[in-house]
Amino acid sequence: MSTDINIVQAPAGIEGPGFFATSIDKMVGLARANSLWPLPFATSCCGIEFMATMGSNYDLARFGSERISFSPRQADVLLVAGTIAKKMGPVLKQVYLQMAEPRWVIAIGACASSGGIFDTYSVLQGIDKIIPVDVYVPGCPPRPEQIIDGVMKVQELAKNESTGRRNSPEYKALLASYGIE
Amino acid sequence: MSNITEIKNELAEHHSTLANKSTEEDYNILNLGPTHPATHGIFQNVLKMDGEIIKDTEQTIGYIHRAFEKIAEHRPFYQVTPLTDRLNYCSSPINNMGWHMTVEKLIGAEIPKRAQYMRVIIMELARITDHIVCNTIIGADTGALTGFTYMFQWREKIYDIYEQICGSRLTTNIGRIGGLERDFNDEVYKKIKEFLREFPKVLNEFTALLERNRIFMDRVVNVGGISGERALAYGFTGPNLRAAGVDYDVRVMNPYSSYEDFDFAIPVGTGGDTYDRFRVRQEEMWESMKIIQQALDNMPQGKFFAEVPEFYLPPKEEVYKSMEALIWHFKIVMGETDVPKGEVYHSVEGGNGELGFYLVSDGGRAAYRLHFRRPCFIYYQAYPEMIKGSMLSDAILTMSSMNVIAGELDG
Amino acid sequence: MSEITNEHLLSRLRAQFGEFIYNESTPYEMATIVLQKDKITEVLQWLYNDPEFKFQFLTDVCGIHFPDATGAEFGVVYHIHSLTNNLRLRIKCFMPAANPSISTITSVFPAANWQERETFDYYGILFEGHPNLKRILNVDEMDYFPMRKEYPLEDGTRTDKEDQYFGR
Repeated sequence: MSTDINIVQAPAGIEGPGFFATSIDKMVGLARANSLWPLPFATSCCGIEFMATMGSNYDLARFGSERISFSPRQADVLLVAGTIAKKMGPVLKQVYLQMAEPRWVIAIGACASSGGIFDTYSVLQGIDKIIPVDVYVPGCPPRPEQIIDGVMKVQELAKNESTGRRNSPEYKALLASYGIE
Repeated sequence: MSNITEIKNELAEHHSTLANKSTEEDYNILNLGPTHPATHGIFQNVLKMDGEIIKDTEQTIGYIHRAFEKIAEHRPFYQVTPLTDRLNYCSSPINNMGWHMTVEKLIGAEIPKRAQYMRVIIMELARITDHIVCNTIIGADTGALTGFTYMFQWREKIYDIYEQICGSRLTTNIGRIGGLERDFNDEVYKKIKEFLREFPKVLNEFTALLERNRIFMDRVVNVGGISGERALAYGFTGPNLRAAGVDYDVRVMNPYSSYEDFDFAIPVGTGGDTYDRFRVRQEEMWESMKIIQQALDNMPQGKFFAEVPEFYLPPKEEVYKSMEALIWHFKIVMGETDVPKGEVYHSVEGGNGELGFYLVSDGGRAAYRLHFRRPCFIYYQAYPEMIKGSMLSDAILTMSSMNVIAGELDG
Repeated sequence: MSEITNEHLLSRLRAQFGEFIYNESTPYEMATIVLQKDKITEVLQWLYNDPEFKFQFLTDVCGIHFPDATGAEFGVVYHIHSLTNNLRLRIKCFMPAANPSISTITSVFPAANWQERETFDYYGILFEGHPNLKRILNVDEMDYFPMRKEYPLEDGTRTDKEDQYFGR
């Protein structure tokens, strides 16, 4: 139904005949939040649920994320879906390092968040051991609705992020704690 | 007439003349994976290329090695079921039930016919989901994304059925050692019947989209072929082996869960190429639907679980009311039940082939040793031989048609 | 097609290789023999070529560890299948921890290649003559063989999970 279609609300600002004034943070946030290009780093079961999320029933495209970017250089949000083994850890970090700022990370599923049921010698106990994570999605695997919810949480983060955040000393310190320059 | 084939042949000729001129030093190395979007899973292939022709491949796997077998040595039997879910997660119910049947074989449980038929229905639904994923991905890799987005709606319908049966979608943890956890309700039957009514139309449309499609056939016919002898030598099983012309199917050879009661055909191919693998999976979906229909029509009456109180959890209401039920519940959950000593091998026809469980029990609460025969792991080692001399784009299709599932591959 | 029974299979094996077979049984209807380890390739080749049996399909290779069985701590278990007769056979070979080595069977079954590598990766069992015996699932830098019974399931160096909260 055409009446079901929602158009994103304009941010608060001063509106008059022929002009609209708001802060640049809000405009940039609005643009970023509704055009997040995901990089699916799908390794296992959660990756299959991510496929379902991209599929026609759940359709992540409704949230401006239809353009899957397999190149980390052009991706905004890294979706780590599935178990990350220790062998895979350096690869994941490499992918993260190649992403341009601003970048967000979603840990989809129990394995990516904490190692899940695989508390074993070969599995990394959560990807936050090697890269900073913005949103954790629980579940083994999470339902597509949950994955969409995680993406919407990133949208909220993107909307409310100040333009200077990525240059702030706090952010630099966060990256430094992961050994990222 | 066949312009594309001509151009292809011309190109191949051109490349082979190039190849004759070039020497080992001229080869370049191309790294495919572990995060390449076309690999559909996490494995690395370092290709030695002569122009566009693949000369040699070095495979690296183990990028999601999760140590299933080590975990299984530390968990009671019923806690191994969630692990099996995560082997081949495209058809987890088959893995669950394969494991349950292995334990039932060890303890000598007699499963009622009704439970066996219910299992057959669930396993065949799982086979359909597995083949939907594989075949639509072959379609997507040849540029026909339509099939993927369209067919996935019907995969969701099967997931709806799973949810009715057990409450979860992908990693189902369906059933119990000794039978099913509950009987099918009316909604399940309604949904299965609806699926059987609607799906043939959809599958026909999907078949019409690809099976005789010129572009598709040019991409997949005679690509990544393997002969029956080589396939057997490499330990192929399942649709990939049958595509090479060998009619080995565990469901027929060593029937389990009453498969001998059903009338179904085993589709086989001839060339073992990508097209044959695609066709075999397509036909198997039809056969699966036939099996489900027969199971529905002839569903026996009776119990849906076996009389094995040491392994089959009592109903929750009983646990609250009766002392015996509470004791059994406690013993099972704490893994305090006695298990016979012995070793047993049981295999089922998984989505990808013979999924085997080799269980060594020393009578303790957990398996002494549990080894999974993971079909992907065994047949994926033939990949270099299958793509040697072919072009890079063909290698991608060969991989997607082999249906290599990373979780199963890396164990 | 006449059915070949497990008894017939075992009796022919006994006639051919009797002195090298330590033990035979048929648990859960699968013929099982314990074989002297240096005979494995010969026996498999014989079973492969035998016109009656035709054991030409390798189902599975896996390792096993019995730390208490002195002198036979490590074992390799082979499952082979005769597709023409629908007959399965399990062969077990044991070896001491001091020298866990056995000859490779990749010359008979190419499918054994990765399975032997996996067994090496898990247990450190050396397959002599294997074309490419190195770790397959774990990282190359790993300095122990994780499936041996003395090693724990969990990674001892992890810091985020306290054992007392996990019942360990």
